[in-house]
Amino acid sequence: MAEHAEAQDGHDDHGHDEHHDVSFYYKTYAVLLVLLVVSILGPEVGEATGLKIITLITAFGIAVVKAGIVIRNFMHLHTEKTFVHYFLITSLAFMALFFFAVAPDVMKHEGTRWENKAAKAWIQKVEAEYAAGGGDHHGADAAGDHGEKTEGDAHGEAAEHH
Amino acid sequence: MGFRPIANTRSATGIMTAKLAIWWLIASEIVIFGGLLASYLMHRLAHPEWGYYAEHTNVYAGSLNTFILLTSSLFAVLAHHAAQQGDGKKAARNLLITCGFGLGFLVVKSLEWSSEISHGYTITANTFWSFYYTAAGIHGAHVIIGMACMLWVANTARQGKELHRVENVGLYWHFVDLVWIFLFPLLYIAK
Amino acid sequence: MSEAVKIDGAHGHDDHHHHEPTFLEKWIFPLDHKFIGMQYLFTGMFMALFGGFFVYAFRMQLAFPGMSVPGYGTVSPAEYNMLITNHGSVMIFWVAMPVLIAAFGNFLIPLMIGADDMVFPKLNRLSFQLFLTSVLILMASWFVEGGGFGGAWTSYPPLSADSNYSMTPLGSSLWLTAVAVEFAAFLVGGINFITTAMNSRAPGMKAQDVPMTVWMICLASILFMASVGPLIAGAIMLFFDQMVGTGFFDPRRGGDPILWQHLFWFFGHPEVYVVLLPACGFVADVITVFARKKLFGYQTILYTAIGTGSLSFFVWAHHQFIAGIDPRMANIFTVTTVLISIPIAEMMFLFIATLYGGSIRFTVPMLWALAFIAEFLIGGVTGIYLGASGMDIYFHDTYFVIAHFHYTFFPIAFIGTFTALTFWFPKMFGRMMNETLGKVHFWGTVIPLNTIFIPLFFLGAAGQHRRIYNYNHFPDLSTPDLQNLRIMATMSLLVLLAFQAVFLFNFFYSMIAGEKASANPWKSNTLEWTTSSPPPHGNWHPDDMPKVYRGPYEYSVPGREDDYWPQNEPA
Repeated sequence: MAEHAEAQDGHDDHGHDEHHDVSFYYKTYAVLLVLLVVSILGPEVGEATGLKIITLITAFGIAVVKAGIVIRNFMHLHTEKTFVHYFLITSLAFMALFFFAVAPDVMKHEGTRWENKAAKAWIQKVEAEYAAGGGDHHGADAAGDHGEKTEGDAHGEAAEHH
Repeated sequence: MGFRPIANTRSATGIMTAKLAIWWLIASEIVIFGGLLASYLMHRLAHPEWGYYAEHTNVYAGSLNTFILLTSSLFAVLAHHAAQQGDGKKAARNLLITCGFGLGFLVVKSLEWSSEISHGYTITANTFWSFYYTAAGIHGAHVIIGMACMLWVANTARQGKELHRVENVGLYWHFVDLVWIFLFPLLYIAK
Repeated sequence: MSEAVKIDGAHGHDDHHHHEPTFLEKWIFPLDHKFIGMQYLFTGMFMALFGGFFVYAFRMQLAFPGMSVPGYGTVSPAEYNMLITNHGSVMIFWVAMPVLIAAFGNFLIPLMIGADDMVFPKLNRLSFQLFLTSVLILMASWFVEGGGFGGAWTSYPPLSADSNYSMTPLGSSLWLTAVAVEFAAFLVGGINFITTAMNSRAPGMKAQDVPMTVWMICLASILFMASVGPLIAGAIMLFFDQMVGTGFFDPRRGGDPILWQHLFWFFGHPEVYVVLLPACGFVADVITVFARKKLFGYQTILYTAIGTGSLSFFVWAHHQFIAGIDPRMANIFTVTTVLISIPIAEMMFLFIATLYGGSIRFTVPMLWALAFIAEFLIGGVTGIYLGASGMDIYFHDTYFVIAHFHYTFFPIAFIGTFTALTFWFPKMFGRMMNETLGKVHFWGTVIPLNTIFIPLFFLGAAGQHRRIYNYNHFPDLSTPDLQNLRIMATMSLLVLLAFQAVFLFNFFYSMIAGEKASANPWKSNTLEWTTSSPPPHGNWHPDDMPKVYRGPYEYSVPGREDDYWPQNEPA
């Protein structure tokens, strides 16, 4: 665009740590775009080969890399005072804490003496629909039909989960 | 405008006040989005059948939006660069371009959502879609707020004033971009 | 790092308002932190009237079930739920937080660090406007069709998510919106406080020269900010469940009500320390002044505060011991819960150590500070019983819990407030409060506090469950002995409420006709006492901003003639 002219403005006469000229930002952008493409094609490959790990690495691993690049090259976090790093990482750490502490509770659908029948029934129902009918599932009928209790006491079962 | 307390000009930490405030704002937003996305992730991992629902998300729209936001981040940092060199007019121009891409993001999203809604994938269709619209919606609200702030900062920067604000609003915008970088695989990459 | 660095070359005083603010600028759209602090204070006090009225109504119902409550009428079961829900919500979100953090934080932080205002005065004003909006939304929720929300301040789904259960379709959503807006107000305000406290300290003020009040409010703001995020996400999800029909917390739709509990308590537990820390800060500043003694273990107190705050993120599931969580998870949370009593108890001991050997003056603020330590210790100790998951199986959701948290919350929200208010009243209003009335109010509050809540421990141990509007339905719980305990608690409440009239009279009368206060009536060291009472706009003359030479607690320094040594006096 019009900004290309500025790429020639190599000199940066500030005493800043961010001693970049504009081309640095364009190069970073190019890398980000390449990563974006990989992160889109990767899952396709992963799906085609059935190797879930490829999907994970290309989708999420690259997301982390992209994030790191944005944080470093665009936000210049590495030139900030250290305590800023600390409180940002602390925020992330609390989120990790939240996830890992709550997930075992919320993700389980059965325990030693209880069973989340409502959740299991739902999962089975959907798996069956997709196995039988395949593909195009009108979103609307996935809703609503669980207004009445399944097996008579889904409400009771769900309550047991408390 | 014009009322700047002495308090605002001090910097016992060595970081400019407004920038410090933006970092704290980002820390608080990490926790908000983190809570939402952690909740989503827990459900997603426990409900393998959501993979089927996620197949109906539009990966092309999502990818296009990721491209748009990355580009917008580029212009945000170019604006910061211009501001560092004291060129308020150029900074303002770049901020406006960033805004333009933000608008593009919103347009793509509204087209994407209208299409999904017309096919019956509404927010109440099932919990996957509830999370989808809620997470992307909250993100979209942040995009809108970011655009509004950028317009305001651009207007001041155009006059060569308060150029440090360009970097600060840029930091916020980069954060919004970061959230999307994670939303994209979380919501769109199925299975 | 402690040097004030002028940024941007902008000379603040040139940009100051030199003109006298107009009526609109002063009263409706203020920018001055002191004024905004007052707005929060008066709003919080006003909301306390409602919180107090609600408890009056439902405690009368409990003591005399089915009888018409004077000034209210009969309390129906639905109304009972609405009263207890809003009593709790109002007291925590619209009294404790605005008064302890926003009012005193706003008023004191710039003054105590030697700044002329908060770093972002307009943002400050915005945060109050958001807060006021939340007040209006909450009050609206009480008058809409169906009545106010009655699902308890914890708002668990499915009761709170489905209006078929809650019967308050509009009230639930308005309540939730009010809470969410209040959170936004405090997030915005918190960023202002933290940035101001970190950056705008007076030249020479190192980190350990900062008074405890400022440190504690700052830490509380950080704690709030780090913990409220998931609940904001959860509140949006609950709102959608209520209004749009999503199923985030509906197991039939792939959701999970337990998730709400986790989202809520991940915030809910740090929240109690958010309100506790400022109260501790006030107590630290008051006991040093009235014992004429240095704070014992300044750094240690800081570490205990940070330790408590950090640990508070690891204890939340003790609210969910019998919600069906994995018992192994309960074990972990028992350990962390019992552990957290250590730093906070240590802080109390450090306060006691500060008092030891001091030259104690029993002024009204000092009485309140001492009462805080004593009463909070009782509350804290009873928490240990609840933290043990085994005992909690019995105690959960009984009045034992209510007695525990009121023995902690009442000292925090009311004793802490009265400590700060009686201490800083001269600075805020330029006049002294009446000491005799202050002492009458003190005893009239602290004694009934105990006679209200001690019976509740016994009632809880007897098995009385919470959130029941009429115990006549439970033969085992409606014996005369137990009913007498309920009546005793209610009668004590009436006494306590009556004595608040003494305070209100003292407060408003002294504001207008109290003895005029000098700049430093208590002979305290901290910076707010170096300017006039009340301080002028900008707190000090722009060319005369204070510089700091020592810590805030240099009392009774050997070799000095005065028993105090203001921070801004050159060596």
